[in-house]
Amino acid sequence: MNLAEGVQLVSLVLLSVMMLAAALGVVLFENIVYSAFTLGAVFISIAGLYILLNADFVSAAQILIYVGAVNVLILFAIMLVNKREAFKPLPRRWIRKISTAFVSLALFTLLATMVLQTNWTVDLSLSPPSSSVETIGLHFFSDYLLPFELASILLLMALVGAVVLARRETIIGEETAIVGEEPAPVLELPERPKEPIA
Amino acid sequence: MNLEFFLLLAAALFCIGIYGLVTSRNAVRVLMSVELLLNAVNINLVAFSNFLDGQNINGQVFTVFVITIAAAEAAVGLAIILSIYRNRDTVDMEQFNLLKW
Repeated sequence: MNLAEGVQLVSLVLLSVMMLAAALGVVLFENIVYSAFTLGAVFISIAGLYILLNADFVSAAQILIYVGAVNVLILFAIMLVNKREAFKPLPRRWIRKISTAFVSLALFTLLATMVLQTNWTVDLSLSPPSSSVETIGLHFFSDYLLPFELASILLLMALVGAVVLARRETIIGEETAIVGEEPAPVLELPERPKEPIA
Repeated sequence: MNLEFFLLLAAALFCIGIYGLVTSRNAVRVLMSVELLLNAVNINLVAFSNFLDGQNINGQVFTVFVITIAAAEAAVGLAIILSIYRNRDTVDMEQFNLLKW
């Protein structure tokens, strides 16, 4: 084993351990803010794994989109719904947890036996393309052109949908009653009360 | 560095995501678990693209698409959580029983 292979192996093991530990942290931490930060650690270690798999463009996209956008969005959502509430304890909740853990472990065993028993025809004789960005760009504008354009429409739809869903209904145009000489400056838009759903 | 290791890693991440998706009570944590699931699939795609399809990397193209869809899903999902939080004044999954029969 030469030096490059050793470095590869050590970083692979480090990144996998970091990823699995951080993923467990996302699921098991009581505090949701800790979960969000460990989610960022998961994303960063996955980006490192992509570099080990010769996928440099995907790794950069992973860091930019997941760590830079999705994780920050989740942190914003945590801040917006930041209500320190203690959830009401449910009876027999441990049965659910144990049965879910059992199902997850069984699923993992199933997948592991499938992975280990299949005869993968790994072909490492062909060298990877010199520039993966070039190859991905060629794919985008030749055989994956229609999904590429549809993705842009989907992003636009998601943008408009998110704005429509999260918008507050404000009352615009109704004058506030003036008491005294100067009207008190209104610092926030009056919000239309939502009728609670039973 | 072989294919099976990466596939096992992705399977473990997927199962952790399933566990979090089913058991967590905070709605934001459910969204985080969905992100874990999508990332497990992405690891699979990139590993297959590296080991089985090294010349024309179709798996990486699919991964970019999955990342795009995941970003859109996160935005819409968090908007839904925000609006349901305004309605019910909680993020507890056990109290979101509007569609319960």
